[in-house]
Amino acid sequence: MPLSTPQSVGGATAATVTVGVTSGRRDVKGKIIEGILILALAGSLLILAVLLIDLIRRSWPIWTERPGDFLTGPLNSASAADAGVWQGIKGTIELAVIVAVVAIPLGTACAVYLEEYAGKSRLASFTRLNVRNLAGVPSIVYGLLGLALFVQFFGLGSTVWAGGLALSALVLPIVIITASEALRAVPYSVREGAFGVGATRWETTRSHVLPAAAPGILTGVVLSLARAAGEAAPILLVGAATGLLRTGNQSLWEQFGSSFTAMPVVIFSYARQPGDDFRELTAAASVVLLVLVLFMNALAIWLRNRYQRKW
Amino acid sequence: MAVSNTEIRSAADLRIDPRRKVVDRAMKYFFIAAAVATFAVTVAIIATLVVDAIQFLQGIADTDEGLGSLFTIGWFPRRGMFDIGTLVVGTFIVTGIAMLVAVPLGLGAAVYLSEYARPKVRKTVKPVLEILAGVPSVVLGYFAIAYINPNIIVNLFSGANAAFTLAAAGIGVGILTIPIIASVAEDALSAVPLALREASYGLGANRWQSTFKVVFPAAVSGIIAALILGVSRAIGETMVVAIAAGATGGGLFSLDPLQPGQTMTAAMAALGFGSDQVAGDNNAFQSLYFVGLLLFFMTLLLNFVSDRLVNKLREEY
Repeated sequence: MPLSTPQSVGGATAATVTVGVTSGRRDVKGKIIEGILILALAGSLLILAVLLIDLIRRSWPIWTERPGDFLTGPLNSASAADAGVWQGIKGTIELAVIVAVVAIPLGTACAVYLEEYAGKSRLASFTRLNVRNLAGVPSIVYGLLGLALFVQFFGLGSTVWAGGLALSALVLPIVIITASEALRAVPYSVREGAFGVGATRWETTRSHVLPAAAPGILTGVVLSLARAAGEAAPILLVGAATGLLRTGNQSLWEQFGSSFTAMPVVIFSYARQPGDDFRELTAAASVVLLVLVLFMNALAIWLRNRYQRKW
Repeated sequence: MAVSNTEIRSAADLRIDPRRKVVDRAMKYFFIAAAVATFAVTVAIIATLVVDAIQFLQGIADTDEGLGSLFTIGWFPRRGMFDIGTLVVGTFIVTGIAMLVAVPLGLGAAVYLSEYARPKVRKTVKPVLEILAGVPSVVLGYFAIAYINPNIIVNLFSGANAAFTLAAAGIGVGILTIPIIASVAEDALSAVPLALREASYGLGANRWQSTFKVVFPAAVSGIIAALILGVSRAIGETMVVAIAAGATGGGLFSLDPLQPGQTMTAAMAALGFGSDQVAGDNNAFQSLYFVGLLLFFMTLLLNFVSDRLVNKLREEY
């Protein structure tokens, strides 16, 4: 914060002013308060450090003894020695594909409506209110939506389709909010340039506004995929497998229409089992998911910094 | 639709092409349809919750106990005991413990980052807090059951359950809530104009006096919004409680945070996750939607209030 205090200005005058104002006494109370605040921040960071260290330490035997076996092994909540995460990784990727195909175009289109077309109309302000509320709905409620609507009403069953659609509904508000911010950051003069040569609103949006906002929209896309990859509750309710998942030889298309599991659900399955060997498995699976999610978050931050334009 | 350069001689040529107008109109309706689709999601959520919750109420009204089973102490859906109170109390205990962890740490971090930290410190620490925000809740569930309960709760309190406690779940939920409170509160503090701080310094106040007697009161609506949002997230958090609080099939009414317990979200996870066994139109399965509806309205109300407070702060400055 660029605030001018005697200390930040520096010099002999500042020192004189400080002594004059504080009557030369040390501000003990101020130091104590600052110490408490630092402790709060350090405590938060310490928790993260303890979490990461515990995960790595506990999963260490897996990484040293059977890393390849673990990464390619199937979901198995009965026997820790044969269990792995491959089906979870595959399921998470399949779910992410559906989210990418459904939520991203829909969310971006809604954001385009809000920022480019709606102006201050009543539909727009009502949509904004609705999107903000949807963003606050607990993730398990999206699981109920998926279960009642996609699994039962539309008869999709406990499949990747149903899980992917439930996750799409969950991340839709995130996509809309981030894409809206990206579109809003494009200055109006860019649009005026296009209008000035006779472009219609759609032509302006397509050729000027969307390309300019693309990095920001992409950041939101990556963030929402990371969110979808880490959510367990919705797909658990939709019926992701937790015990054992049998898959025969299926084509890729058939896999989307069959029972599935995903990384967070694999972690949940292993976390529920007692015993140290399952604790190791849970920690190792958590490391895999954390690496995936944190890599995506880092990518989003990098994208934001790399392509952020100053207009 | 592409316009080729050779055909255009004046602006009039652009204006008269009717196809471009048609495309423009069509795209407008496409975007409106996308906005309307967000309402479809809301309507679908409310409709499924309300329809199934009513079926549940009708279902238990037909049983011998009638609606009284909503208040028979204990939550054992498969035995026809649907005491919502047991779940709500469990949820409040977990949320309360979560707030005990998240409010001091989150608010302290926010005040430090906004008022004390040098720009360089802030620039490095904020992304780290964002990492904490990105940790999936199942991982925190694992942390609660594998680290917090055996290493902290059991060591600090004799008599605590060695495997599952509401307290460990509450701390896990609290850790997930820290970055939310910190981020919203920091936004609120940063939104207070610099002029207020300078005026305060100019009158001879030092940093903590300015922070707590000028900036904090000025940002109070935003800070309350941060706390309410934190409560809302804690109430809706599922996986930590489903893993670390212990109760799966049902739960006795319990006020003891050092014992296993059942919350609204954990009960829903247990029911939904075992849905292959209780599927069909039986009451145990339908109770899922009744609890879901209650949860939906609780969080909706909290989010609405929080949203209002943030807007109030924005209007003030």
